[in-house]
Amino acid sequence: MKNGYEVMLLVSLCSLSGCGPSSSVPSDGQSTTRADEAPQVSGLSGTIEVTGSSTIAPLMMEIGKRFESLHPAVRINVQMGGSSRGIGDARQGLAEIGMVSRDLKSDEADLKHFAIARDGVCMIVHAENPLSELNRNQVIDIYTRKVANWKDLGGTDGKITVVNKAEGRSTLEVFLDYFKLKAEQIEADIIIGDNEQGVKTVSTSPSAIGYVSVGTAQFDKDAGVPIKLLSIGGVDATVATVADGTFPISRTLNLVTKDEPTGLVKQFVDFATSPDVHDLVRELAFVPLEN
Amino acid sequence: MFHWKIDYLASSLVRTAAVFACSIVVFVIAFLTREAWPAISELGTRLLGDESWHPKATATAGTFGIGPIIVGSLTVTAGAVAIAAPVGVTSAVFSEYYAPRGIAVVYRRLVELLAGIPSVVFGFWGLVVLAPWIARISPPGQSLLCGMLIVAIMILPTIMLVVQSALATVPRIYLEGAVALGMGRWSVIRYVVLPTSRRGIATGVMLGATRAVGETMAVVMVCGNVVKIPQSLFDPVRTLTANMALEMSYALGMHRSALFSSGLMLMLACAIAILSTHVWSRRA
Repeated sequence: MKNGYEVMLLVSLCSLSGCGPSSSVPSDGQSTTRADEAPQVSGLSGTIEVTGSSTIAPLMMEIGKRFESLHPAVRINVQMGGSSRGIGDARQGLAEIGMVSRDLKSDEADLKHFAIARDGVCMIVHAENPLSELNRNQVIDIYTRKVANWKDLGGTDGKITVVNKAEGRSTLEVFLDYFKLKAEQIEADIIIGDNEQGVKTVSTSPSAIGYVSVGTAQFDKDAGVPIKLLSIGGVDATVATVADGTFPISRTLNLVTKDEPTGLVKQFVDFATSPDVHDLVRELAFVPLEN
Repeated sequence: MFHWKIDYLASSLVRTAAVFACSIVVFVIAFLTREAWPAISELGTRLLGDESWHPKATATAGTFGIGPIIVGSLTVTAGAVAIAAPVGVTSAVFSEYYAPRGIAVVYRRLVELLAGIPSVVFGFWGLVVLAPWIARISPPGQSLLCGMLIVAIMILPTIMLVVQSALATVPRIYLEGAVALGMGRWSVIRYVVLPTSRRGIATGVMLGATRAVGETMAVVMVCGNVVKIPQSLFDPVRTLTANMALEMSYALGMHRSALFSSGLMLMLACAIAILSTHVWSRRA
């Protein structure tokens, strides 16, 4: 819990020097980024609290770090707690910015939202697999073991190896959400952690099917890894179809604020939605939005 | 008590170091217990009794049965030790009593090198080479068997090096006595060397076992990580360490606390292993 102590130290330093709102220290899931003690270059100073979705948090920490290196007197504190906490904290003013890893619901229209990236998930199989498309029901049947042989889907005879994601991963959430499945219903042969492990597992096993973020899958396929990205409902899985919203298994990653942002918060939101952070977005396997 | 200032200095230095070293263990246990406490007090026997592992941030929303995961850790460890212990002990005997000196030195260096290879390398090899081989016999390949083999390779050098240094401490006079009585090389090893160094062998195997139970990176990559009690060697398993590595960074609330409680159990398992080795080797 090194982070915990760092946060406490930062908070006490902040309240001593009177910069920005002081904050309480929650017991879990928090993290912080810190600027080096450098002479102030820009006119910006203060602290921004960002809370919410654990999907967006790693990206926001990176963006925060970059923003702090440009504006040494600024602190960006990123804390996880789920999208609903992001909504709640922004609404109550506990955080300047909330992170919400889905499109906003109709009763959340009071908040201002800013899309920073899209997150797409696609089904992948080994390059030798003759199939190039599956529909929704076929994927559901595979993951609930109603279909256990590739032959039944028009492929070559062989048992299907079902690759699933570990509990808590955002990719799993997107997958379950689109296919209207519950985690308990899935019967997997292999459970993987990150996207790269999924690609390795599928690329070494001709009978496997898995799902990973579109960004990672396309990057690896272009690098010559023997995998195939399956189309869903007739839409090809590519970074482009995720970015323009036509690929169905995808969602928008949003930042929300209570009012139209001004001053420091506006600067930061502008920065987080600008092309200056697209490389960070890609690094975390999300799809940047071209304006 | 101290005649020299330097003695006083040295004494306080080693005492401080000793207190520091053992206080780390105390702090780790205290920290684990504190983080695991919500799960232990609220879930209690549900940790073993729940029928599945579908954790959520609150106790009522999820199910928290880590029984199959404990079984996973135990089977991977037992299998790895069952493979690595005989191979480790015999190869230590080979390099100590059968190999010509030159070969023994080279052999020992190679094993030391093997001990230094990072676990992620073994895991990667297991994932892209060994698992596909096993998948040809029975898919999915990432399985209990694959985990046992990879972990066995990883703990082999630990066992071999510790056992070999134990063999080297057998007093020369025992060996000479045995030879003088007309015993052959194998008889000397079987009836003099191995019984004399039983304690060292037990230490080596125990060190191997604790490393096996704590191995994480490679296990995540080769075991398949499905939370189910394996019915055969070709079924996937999830270990306690893999469970923490896979889920810790995404876990909140009760889920997170449950993961810490499995860390506490891991600590407990290691403590039991160490204690039982002590008891066993003392009795022998």
